[in-house]
Amino acid sequence: MNLTQTSARSTVLAQTLFVALVGLTLVFAAGFAQSQGLHDAAHDMRHSTGFPCH
Amino acid sequence: MRHMLSSALFAGFAAGLLCALLQYLLVQPNILLAERYESGELVHFQGIASPEQRAAAMAQSMPGMDMSGEEAGHQHGDGAEGGAHRQALTVLFAVLTYCGYGLALVAGMNLAEQVGVKLGLSQGILWGLAGFMAFQMMPALGLQPDLPGTPASDLTARQIWWAGTAAATVAGLWFAAYGTGLWQRAAGLVVLAAPHIWGAPELASFGGIAPPELAASFAARSLAVGMITWAVLGGLVVTLWHSDPAK
Repeated sequence: MNLTQTSARSTVLAQTLFVALVGLTLVFAAGFAQSQGLHDAAHDMRHSTGFPCH
Repeated sequence: MRHMLSSALFAGFAAGLLCALLQYLLVQPNILLAERYESGELVHFQGIASPEQRAAAMAQSMPGMDMSGEEAGHQHGDGAEGGAHRQALTVLFAVLTYCGYGLALVAGMNLAEQVGVKLGLSQGILWGLAGFMAFQMMPALGLQPDLPGTPASDLTARQIWWAGTAAATVAGLWFAAYGTGLWQRAAGLVVLAAPHIWGAPELASFGGIAPPELAASFAARSLAVGMITWAVLGGLVVTLWHSDPAK
C-alpha cells in the first residue's frame, strides 16, 4: 500500500518535472538560443521581454 | 498530465496573443524608432558625433564589446520597417515564450498542491506576478531592458546572470512564501537578494545612441506589458487547470 502510494507520488513528480522541462526548453529556444535565424526571428520579442539579446 | 499540458498551452497561447498585441501598441514603436537611431538615419544631438565617429569612439572606450553584429547589419525580421512578416514572427515567439512559461507555471502549481498548498484564482494571479518578478523584473534590476543599438557587456555573462537570477528568485520566493518557520522565510529573502549582491555584468561606460527619454519609455512599457501578461497567464493557467476535477 505504502509502496503504491510512493510510486504514484514519484510518477506525479516525474510528470511534473517533465512538464517544467518542456516549458523551460521552449523559453530557452525562444529567448536564449544564439543561432542567427532564431535570433533574427525572435529579435523584437527578446528585446521587449528583457532577454539579453546581442 | 495531458490536462496539465493542455491547460498550460491554452493559457500560454492566449497570454502570448495579448502580449503581442500590447507590444505592438506600446513597445514596438519604440523599437522601430530606436532602430532609426541605430542605423544612423536619426542622430540624437545632431552635430556632436557622426555614426562613424560614435562607432570609433565606442570601439576605443569599450574593448571587448562586440559591435560587429550591430554594424554588420543583422536582419531584424523583415527589414527595418514593421512589416507583416516581422509582426507574425513576434506573435509566434510571444506565444512560444508564454507557452513555455505556462508549462513551468503549471508544473510549479502542481508541485505546490502536492505539498498541500491550495490555489484559487487570486493565488493564480499572484503566482503569475511572481513569475513576472522571477523572469522579468528581478533580472531587469541588473540588466535593464535594452533598446536595439544599446551597447552591452558580454552576452554569455549576461545570459548566465539572467538565468541565475530567475532561478534564485523562484527559489527565494518559494521559501519566503511557503517556508516553515522564520528561518526558512528569511533564507528565502537572502536567496532572492543574492544575485544582486553578487552584481550583474556591468558596462565600462555608456554609449547608447537613442535619446534617454526613448529608452526610459521602452523600459517602463516593456515591464508593464510583462506584468499584465504574466498576471493574465497565472489566472488563466489556474482556472483552466482546475476546470477539470480529474486533472
